[in-house]
Amino acid sequence: MVDPLVVELSRLQFAATAMYHFIFVPLTLGLSFLIAVMESVFVMTGRQAWRKATLFWGTLFGINFAMGVATGVVMEFQFGMNWSYYSHYVGDVFGAPLAIEGLMAFFLEATFIGLFFFGWDRLKPAGHLAVTWLMALGANFSALWILIANGWMQNPVGASFNPDTMRMEVTDFVAVIFNPVAQAKFVHTVSAGYVTGSVFVLAISALFLLQKKHRDVAIRSMVVAASFGLASALSVVVLGDESGYVATEHQKMKIAAMEAMYETEKAPAALTLFAIPGADGRPAYQVQFPFILGLITTRSLDRDLPGISELTEDAAARVANGLIAYKALQAIRANGNDDAARATFDANKGDLGYALLLKKYRPDIENATGEEITKAALDTVPDVWPLFWSFRLMVAVGLFYVGFFAFWFWKASVHRLESSRGWLKVALWTLPFPWLAIEAGWFIAEYGRQPWVVEGVLPTFYAASGLHVWDLVISLTFFLVTYSVLLAIMVWLMVRTIKHGPAEKSVLDLSEDFTPPTRSAATLEPAE
Amino acid sequence: MSAIPLDYETLRLIWWALLGILLIGFAIMGGMDLGIGALLPFVAKTDEERRVLLNLSGPTWEGNQVWLVLGGGAIFAAWPAIYAASFSGFYIAMIAILLALILRPVGFKFRGKVDNPTWRGIWDWALFVGGFVPSLVFGVAVGNLFLGVPFRLDDTLRVSYEGNFFGLLTPFALVTGLVSLAMLITQGATIIAARTNGVVADRARRYGKWAAAATLGLFVVGGVISLFWLNGYEVTSLQNVLGPSNPLNKTVVLAQGAWRTNYTTMPWSILAPTLAVIGSVIAYLALDLRAKVLGIVGSSLSIVGIIATAGLSLFPFLMPSSVDPAASFTVWDASSSQMTLFIMLCATIIFLPIILAYTAWVYRVMRGTVTTTSLNRNPNAY
Repeated sequence: MVDPLVVELSRLQFAATAMYHFIFVPLTLGLSFLIAVMESVFVMTGRQAWRKATLFWGTLFGINFAMGVATGVVMEFQFGMNWSYYSHYVGDVFGAPLAIEGLMAFFLEATFIGLFFFGWDRLKPAGHLAVTWLMALGANFSALWILIANGWMQNPVGASFNPDTMRMEVTDFVAVIFNPVAQAKFVHTVSAGYVTGSVFVLAISALFLLQKKHRDVAIRSMVVAASFGLASALSVVVLGDESGYVATEHQKMKIAAMEAMYETEKAPAALTLFAIPGADGRPAYQVQFPFILGLITTRSLDRDLPGISELTEDAAARVANGLIAYKALQAIRANGNDDAARATFDANKGDLGYALLLKKYRPDIENATGEEITKAALDTVPDVWPLFWSFRLMVAVGLFYVGFFAFWFWKASVHRLESSRGWLKVALWTLPFPWLAIEAGWFIAEYGRQPWVVEGVLPTFYAASGLHVWDLVISLTFFLVTYSVLLAIMVWLMVRTIKHGPAEKSVLDLSEDFTPPTRSAATLEPAE
Repeated sequence: MSAIPLDYETLRLIWWALLGILLIGFAIMGGMDLGIGALLPFVAKTDEERRVLLNLSGPTWEGNQVWLVLGGGAIFAAWPAIYAASFSGFYIAMIAILLALILRPVGFKFRGKVDNPTWRGIWDWALFVGGFVPSLVFGVAVGNLFLGVPFRLDDTLRVSYEGNFFGLLTPFALVTGLVSLAMLITQGATIIAARTNGVVADRARRYGKWAAAATLGLFVVGGVISLFWLNGYEVTSLQNVLGPSNPLNKTVVLAQGAWRTNYTTMPWSILAPTLAVIGSVIAYLALDLRAKVLGIVGSSLSIVGIIATAGLSLFPFLMPSSVDPAASFTVWDASSSQMTLFIMLCATIIFLPIILAYTAWVYRVMRGTVTTTSLNRNPNAY
């Protein structure tokens, strides 16, 4: 078995590198569309202020994108480096969306981002605009395929264990793509990215208005950000609700842990606003709203929500059942033509992963005791309180932004963006909030799935590479130091760029062959 | 399974070829930027000269690097066992590659943002490391495939690795590492020579000629060692080319000269090393004669030849095991399922031509010579 310390360090490293990566990704997702919208307005109206805005936000986008690429390549390689048994066990299913992400999305995004920056003086305005949109589409397609891959880890549909190759293999790829968990996660996640981009643009524009600088760019940017942000914030909350509904179908334990719900809630389940844990770890005191949780998670008033205790009992039954599959698998491996064993295995293979939980306690799990089965069942309960509080943080921020953008949308509609310095300061100082909510969201999604790396199929501790502790010490130190240094440099460069502000006169405007993009200009040849 | 119109053997062969094509794609496209990075401190001395090189790579390097990302994804999807065993086994070497891949995007983007010689000097070194290290390490990794990698598989197909980082640095692997480095430097030099002029192009031609000669010489040395000296691997049991991907169903022996086998059983495969030799000769001559396009063509042909030589020599092996040869991964027992290979083939057939089309368009838009005067027109230039 893999050294438990190596497993813990591998988890820490993956979590750290993923969370760093996801500082940059949401901004890429949101800013790319905001920039595309601003450039569209420029091409339609020919007003230079929109071009100035596009170039300015584009510069910040580029700094952020470089960090996204730097931290993103690491993610793709880490599955094989630190999670080699995972890669063997589910690569047949999980590898495909990652490879298609490269083919369909990242190639598009990475090829056109070069032209976005270098094509200004070589393309007609409409041509450049098309490049910008393709880049933004590439970024969003990329999120789609990554979340299809991640959705499969949450809800592993369309695949089945093959005893001859000792791994999960695709049986229905359409089911993998149209996995309801993946679809809900995709829209929820990209919407959160759009909110992040909108908050970023709104906050920095508010700073300009407070400083009474770059008013032409700031006002226009705020109008775009407030509208896009309002639509996105509503989408995050509505699709977050969809995620909750889908999770109820497929990840009951995660919901129960997020709600600190030890005992089954009779229909209609109450929503816990907050709770204080007692000495035994269970809620000692809680404030609840009747009916609400049942409505959110089951969309009904007559379905019970199973609590942790009941789910643990279910898990114990599945561990026992998984052992039947495991013993049949041993028989198949001893004799590939044992048809009776194959039939037994097929009937019980859905619970094979639960039997693997016992590997933590003994290698010869076919001899597991009842006590060990109970322990394995208890292992299926994630840490309740970190999930409980992260979830409340995420929801609070999400709801805050619905109100926030509704307010700014109203201010933009009545042309009173500059009327109150107080509100501009609020817009500026709440800039970090989206990242809190997003990191909390990923924490819930991944930590809430523990002890599984693939829900019900493969335990995390069983999936790690058999590395040495020193390998992990070296790599973890390396990543933390490199990423932190680069993050500090990136923030410093962004602050510098913001202080410098949008270029008043672009070099492009001065070049001789520049003509404002009127209809007749569309016939101009691109400059060589 | 009957719904899949291609048999398992054909799909495995196609994905073996596609893996080669993706690696060649990365070496030709991404290799330009890696080579330019490795040449940066030598070919370009002043800040303006360095900016010329960075802006030559600048508009297209990100797209070029996706060949590597796609290669990684394709190994994961089509050869998951190889992905699992090699990336975890070569752990520290992978960290070195990742260091380089982390430094490159920020190096390109951050360098030009501050006008300060120390700042720019630091990023110049970062970009040099980002070009030099992966070029070398990729070659070292391929050399170790010829030597066999010290891994075992248990009966659940869990891989355990028994070597360490310094064990990778054998003389033969260093030769292949240098072949890779010289080959990618040649590629970078031919691009610089074609797309700039003046003193930078002159220096690139000088370094490029050395690199092309080194590519040729080291390739021949590596070839002689691997064909006549090294112990190669040979499958001694009948392998079911349609069977399930389980490497433990065969027997393998080590035999001197076994890496020669394919050149006698499939004489046409001699074309690959021939192409490698001819390509580097063309690259050398073209650099000498200032033939711009011909240089790139020659260098690219040598890349095709060298990577094809590695693949064909090892065939059907992908990653032999030195401590438990029977656990070696071959084309017939390390692939994904037939369905996954077919789905991925469909995706590739649809998207690869589209990628090639828009990449060609971007190169067309960005064509032309990069000079110091052309830099100052674009506010986004590096």
